[in-house]
This record gives sequence, C-alpha cells and structure tokens, in this order.
Amino acid sequence: MSAHSVSPEIVIRPHVENFINWSADKPEVLVLTADLTNSCEVGKWRDTYPDRYFSMGMAEQNMMGFAAGLAREGFEPWLHTFSVFLYRRPLDQLQMSVAYPNLKVRLVGFLPGIATPGGVTHQSIDDIAIMRVIPNMSVLEVGDATEVESVLDIAHAIDGPVYVRMLRGEVPRLFDTPMEFNQARVLTRVGEDINEPADIVIVTSGICTEEAMRAVPAMVDRGLKVTHLHVSTLKPFSDPTVTAALTSARKGVITMENHLVTGGLGSAVAEVMAENAMAVPLSRIGLNDTYAHGASLPYLLKEYQLDARALVDRAEVLTGSSLNIPDSDLAEIRVAALHSEAKAEAL
Amino acid sequence: MTGQLDTSLSREEITSATVMAENIRFRVFEHVMANNGGYLSQACSASELLATLYTVANLAPLATPKVPEPFTRVPGKGAAYLNGGDFHGEVGPDRDRIVVSPAHYALVVYAALIETGRLEASALDQFNKDGSTVEMIGAEHSPGFESTTGSLAQALSTAGGIALGRRLKGETGQVYVFMSDGEFQEGQTWEALQALAFHNLDNVRVIVDVNRGQCDGPMSEVMNIEPLSLRIRAFGCSVDSVQGHDISTLATALTRPTGKPHFVLAYTDPVRGVPILNERAPNLHYLRFTGEEERQRYADAFAQMEVSR
Repeated sequence: MSAHSVSPEIVIRPHVENFINWSADKPEVLVLTADLTNSCEVGKWRDTYPDRYFSMGMAEQNMMGFAAGLAREGFEPWLHTFSVFLYRRPLDQLQMSVAYPNLKVRLVGFLPGIATPGGVTHQSIDDIAIMRVIPNMSVLEVGDATEVESVLDIAHAIDGPVYVRMLRGEVPRLFDTPMEFNQARVLTRVGEDINEPADIVIVTSGICTEEAMRAVPAMVDRGLKVTHLHVSTLKPFSDPTVTAALTSARKGVITMENHLVTGGLGSAVAEVMAENAMAVPLSRIGLNDTYAHGASLPYLLKEYQLDARALVDRAEVLTGSSLNIPDSDLAEIRVAALHSEAKAEAL
Repeated sequence: MTGQLDTSLSREEITSATVMAENIRFRVFEHVMANNGGYLSQACSASELLATLYTVANLAPLATPKVPEPFTRVPGKGAAYLNGGDFHGEVGPDRDRIVVSPAHYALVVYAALIETGRLEASALDQFNKDGSTVEMIGAEHSPGFESTTGSLAQALSTAGGIALGRRLKGETGQVYVFMSDGEFQEGQTWEALQALAFHNLDNVRVIVDVNRGQCDGPMSEVMNIEPLSLRIRAFGCSVDSVQGHDISTLATALTRPTGKPHFVLAYTDPVRGVPILNERAPNLHYLRFTGEEERQRYADAFAQMEVSR
C-alpha cells in the first residue's frame, strides 16, 4: 500500500467524548487526577460522572497508593496527568504500590516526548525506557486519533498495570482500523509477503509515524524498497510481524521515536535484532543523550532531527546513495498547521 | 457508618489482650535469642498496641491457625498468588481490615498472629529462611500483610484507596492501619493525610507506634516530627495521644467515633519488658550482639522473663 493518499482529518480532542461514551457501561472505571483535569481532557468526564471522579491534588505519590487501594477493591482507576508526573516523581510508589502487586491501574500520560512547549520539566523523553523495565507493566503509545479511541479497550483488557502514552488536542486521524494489542501496523510494504526483501525497514511510533509517512512515499518514488511499520505496543514487544519485517531488511533498519534513543523503541528493536542474529545496521532516530527545551513541535522536531527530513538523511546514509528529495516533496503531504496552536495550549 | 464501633473492651477482653501482649513480647524475645539477634525493640514498644488492634478489629475467625505456604512466585499475570491478608480471615462488607505499614515489624506481626490463633506457632521457624514467605521484612505474601510496605509510608495511601473503594461499595467495615512514627518524616504521609481528610474517609483509623527512635538513632536528632498531634489535627484529622501500653485506653481511643480519619498516637517505651536494652539506647532499631558476653547477659534477661511469667 502506498501512503500517498495521506491527507488526514484533524480530530479535535478525540479523548473527551470517546472516553465518556466508553465509560458509560463500566461502573468500575474511575478517574483520578492531580490538578490537570482539563489539561488531560477529562473535565467533561468529571462533570458526567461526578461520583466516579476523584481529585487527588498535586500529590502523585499518594495518588499511586489510592489507585492501588481502589484496584485492590475491584475498581479500575484511570490516572490522568502529564506523563512526567506518572513516573519521575512517584516512581517508587508506582513500582511498589502498583506494579509489584500487578494491579489494574491505568496510567494515562499526556505530553509525550518533546510534544509540548513546556520544556524539560514537562517533556517525557525517558518514560518508555523507564516503564519498559518495570516488571508487570504493559506499555502502549498512540499515534493518531483512531488509536486514542481504541487504546481504551486494549488497556482495559490487560491483567495488570498499563502505561498509555497519550495524545491530546488536535490529533490527526491516520488509521481507519482500531489499534491491536502487540500488533504493528504495516503502513508500507515491498510486496504482499512481509518477508519480501526491503532495502530499508523503518519502524516508528507515536507522532514520529506521521513524520515518517511524509517521507516514505518520496523514498519509494525514488526506487527505494521500503517497509514501514507503526508500533503502538512497546511492551510486550514480541510481534512476529515485526521480527519478520526486520529479517527482510537488506541494507538496514531505521527506528524513529519521540524519545531518547536509549531504552525505547530503538532499544526494543535492537534487542529483537540481536536475539535473532540479524546482521544489518540499525540506525536509531530520537534524542541522543540530551534533554530538550521549550519550543514549538515543528521547531523541536527539526532541531533534534526527528522530522521527515531526518529520516531521509538516515536512509541516504544506510543506502550510501543520494535520494534527491527536495523539501517540497516532504511538504507536499505535510499536515498543515497541525500543531501551530501548541504554544497556546494549557499546561 | 461508625455506629458499630465498640467504644470499650470488656474486662475479659482486656485481660485476654494483656496476656496476648506479654506473649507477643516473650515470643519475639525467644526468637531473637534463638536467632542471635533481630527486631526486639519493636516488640517492646508495639506488643500492647498490636494486641489491642487485633482485639478490637472485627476480623473473620479462622477455624485453625494457618500454616504459611512456601514462597511460590511474585505477583504477575495469569496465575494466582498468595496474599498475607488471608491470615486476617475472609473479608466482608462489615468486616474490618488491618493494613500493616512498617514491614520491619514483621516479626512482631507474626507473633501477634500466633497469639490470636491465626498463624501456626511453628511458622517462626521459617522466619528469614530461604524459600519461606515468613520474611524478615514482609511482602504481601507474608502472613498478615495485605500490601507490600517495606518502602515505608506507602501503606496509608493504599489504605485510603481501600477505604474509598469500600465506601463506594457501601461497606461499613473499618480500615485499620498500623504505622510507625518515623513514617511521618516522609512527604507521602502528609499527602495521604490531606487526601484522607479531603475525601472525608472516616473509615480509616490509624494507630501509630510513637517510640521516638529510628535506624540512625533518636528521631529528635535525625529529623523532628513533633508536635505530631497538632500537625495531624491541622491536616483535618482527629487525634488521640495516649500511653501506648494501656490496653483499655488504647482500645477506647482506637474505636472512638470522630467523624474524621482518626489517628491514635501511642507513645511507647522502646525497652518495655526488656530493660537491658537500655544499655543500647537510643540505638534500638536492630539488635546485633557485640559478642558472647553480651549475648549471655541477654540470655539471662530472657530466662528471667521466662521465670516471671
């Protein structure tokens, strides 16, 4: 399939109504927040289900314990706050009170990676790495509005704690089928068979998938054989489709993530490649051992080389050839002004 | 609903709890001598406190004392695992719950379970042995432990969640929490207090062993927490400060309806019943004999306690 046809619908705050409707027949679902209720798009949920909503104030350590106690009593607490406040400040509580007992607590974290002008304190650039190493934890990341909607069923079905790396605000709808647990989406393939040899296999997650979808068609146009996978389950990471696709890479594999290159998608792919003795280079796009700062998303994607252009550059290095792709070819399918209001969003 | 609370114990219950407390202290001392050291001071301070707690709490009885199962696995997906709360009997809407916060008191908790007929006495032979659930610092597979609380000051938040969940289900039982005073140095404790008060969780009742000591020595030198009762009251909870070895007073304080999350500060003597420990005061957290000479003097003290029983 070609991604040429991408001209995504932009959905405004898909989580708001979807989560309300989804919760209607699930009385065990509760929401706990830490002073970021509207910022995490559950203000209307609170007004709809006031008896199932609990404000815990700016006190995340205690919120973890309350969630644990509620889960022990058979409830399913859905914690909504910014990602950084779910795993940095209350990490011991998250591990000992929630993860060790394998409780059904859902940690919905907003502002993934550099997708916030809030700067270093608000940018969860290491969340996947930390959540991935916590025993019993499952890790999901959404890449579009359809996944914002369908991740709820997936998290709900998991026996144990789940971290959801969530999107808010204006979210593109890139996919028309629901997210599946531990199943990558094949967005671009060389042939019908996933094993069909590819020059480059590209694996992306979260908002980087949209960036990659801008670059891949232009790369395919230049004759490059590309397989492109979108991953939304970071743990477990045992999808046979991913292994098969990686095996098909002839010149190399590129991972692309809105996260440090250590511990996240790039590391997960590296583990699969090493365990399966895949002898091709792996090139990881992401933040390289650095914190970031507050600025707009397009600015930061360019500054930290996380955008469509960065993917083209890496492919050229791996293939040892110039693809001659002008910016206009990447801009052609750019989603116009998608994140232009980012600065105005409430933090 | 606090109407079901007993505001006092009968004379027989007080007598029984008094014997229970002495037996807890004796059993822990006996174990510490057999194992050449251990958490003895915690039994000195907390024996009456735990005896009272297990007397006033409305727990389902067990037909016979349970034998702890060997360690099988940690909690995970797809398989059941042990929960130490089972030693407190079957849960029910009107049953009380006991959540133990300072897991370092495990030996004293095990002794209390034995004295209340909930744990087989031979369980202490497995204490701190490889492959056993009768661990030195309990996890939630250990007898008496509903949750895993070795990282201190986390149990009160979990108990708050349990209490909130029980209120949502219309359950009338209380959630008792046993805490140590050192845990009031942790910020999370105060986060929990403000949340308990904010959400009006008057089904949470906390009893605190205020023995004023911690690992590094006297709390007054490590980090002051006083005036503790004023601090707790300022956070919107009710407080009773009591002498921690008077079972009747403890019971009345613990069951007094207040309409608020309730704290009983039990001021205790960390060498109660074992005065020889005074030689080590204020460093009482863990007893490790300096040599044979000291061990022998403790053995003599133990023999004296045995005779005087």
